[in-house]
Amino acid sequence: MVNTILFVAGVFMALGILLALFRFIKGPDITDRTIAFDVMTIASITVIALIAHFAGRIIYLDVALVYGLLSFLSVVAIGRYIERGL
Amino acid sequence: MNIRNVANLFVLLFLIWLLLTGTFELTSLLLGLVLAGALALIFGKNSSVFGKLRFTPKMLAYSLIYLFVLSWEIVKSNIDVALRVINPKLPINPGIVKIKTRLKSPMGRMILANSITLTPGTLTIDMKDDELYIHWIDVKTLDAEKASQEILGKFEKLLEVIYG
Amino acid sequence: MEIREIIGASVTLVGSIFIFLGGLGIVRMPDLFNRIQAGTKASTLGTILSLIGLGIINPAWIWKLLVIVFFVLITNPVSSNVISRAAHFRGTKMTDKTVADLLVESENKTREE
Repeated sequence: MVNTILFVAGVFMALGILLALFRFIKGPDITDRTIAFDVMTIASITVIALIAHFAGRIIYLDVALVYGLLSFLSVVAIGRYIERGL
Repeated sequence: MNIRNVANLFVLLFLIWLLLTGTFELTSLLLGLVLAGALALIFGKNSSVFGKLRFTPKMLAYSLIYLFVLSWEIVKSNIDVALRVINPKLPINPGIVKIKTRLKSPMGRMILANSITLTPGTLTIDMKDDELYIHWIDVKTLDAEKASQEILGKFEKLLEVIYG
Repeated sequence: MEIREIIGASVTLVGSIFIFLGGLGIVRMPDLFNRIQAGTKASTLGTILSLIGLGIINPAWIWKLLVIVFFVLITNPVSSNVISRAAHFRGTKMTDKTVADLLVESENKTREE
């Protein structure tokens, strides 16, 4: 029962990531792509947490944390790059 | 060198260490103390952002209230934006408005700007001294006074008590 | 303990719907700033709800999940602010529905001076 509900939740998250991927491919600007990337990574954090639940391993949550940290740094780096170049 | 700044940063970093490791073993605690101390010394001595924080009971109580107010605002406005997204007509009325804040401390202003961004429907784009430029998904007024009241009325009073 | 697990799973489900709506918003909205509004914010609440739901299912994980929630709450506004300011600096076109842009006016004023 619980795992079925969580599976449906996972499907919704995957659909959200797919929609963001559509915007990522379509663009039309670098900023649109960056925002799509941001949404994709935030959704991925929850997907990783979900996988951690299914696998029953708390260590995967650290993976989610580091993943989020790296994506945050890359988004800020891209923003700085757009604003004044490298 | 700002002693208070380093001390506050040290406490913050050590708390984060405790949350991340999740154990109270002696070796882990000692390692955390050393790391938090080193980082607080390296990064805290040249800045003064954390130096003005004063941890009084009143401030902690107001921080808790602030957290609740913020959570409620996030939920309320998230539902609002979600309804706009699924509405076939896409009812948006966006624009960039200017508001003014009474807050003086840099920490208070940072928290305010981030809170405004976190509540959907408003997005802080730029800040020049006490003027904030906000992208508003449903512009109700262009007047700076009224817009300030509308957007940050609830946050500002609490933050004024917390950060002065 | 079945009831508690079902409550947690339902909270996660509600969160995942918000994430889905975030993805939908980023596709439907007409210009960049509205995309930031719809996309990143809806997914913030979605992430918070999903993680807290998982925390209700596994109470032993709640602290680590709260660290992730805290982290998302701190970093998300910063990244959307950085991107929106960069986009405004680049002069990204805004949608025709836009009512006003007071930031451009103030920038033009400082340029004239």
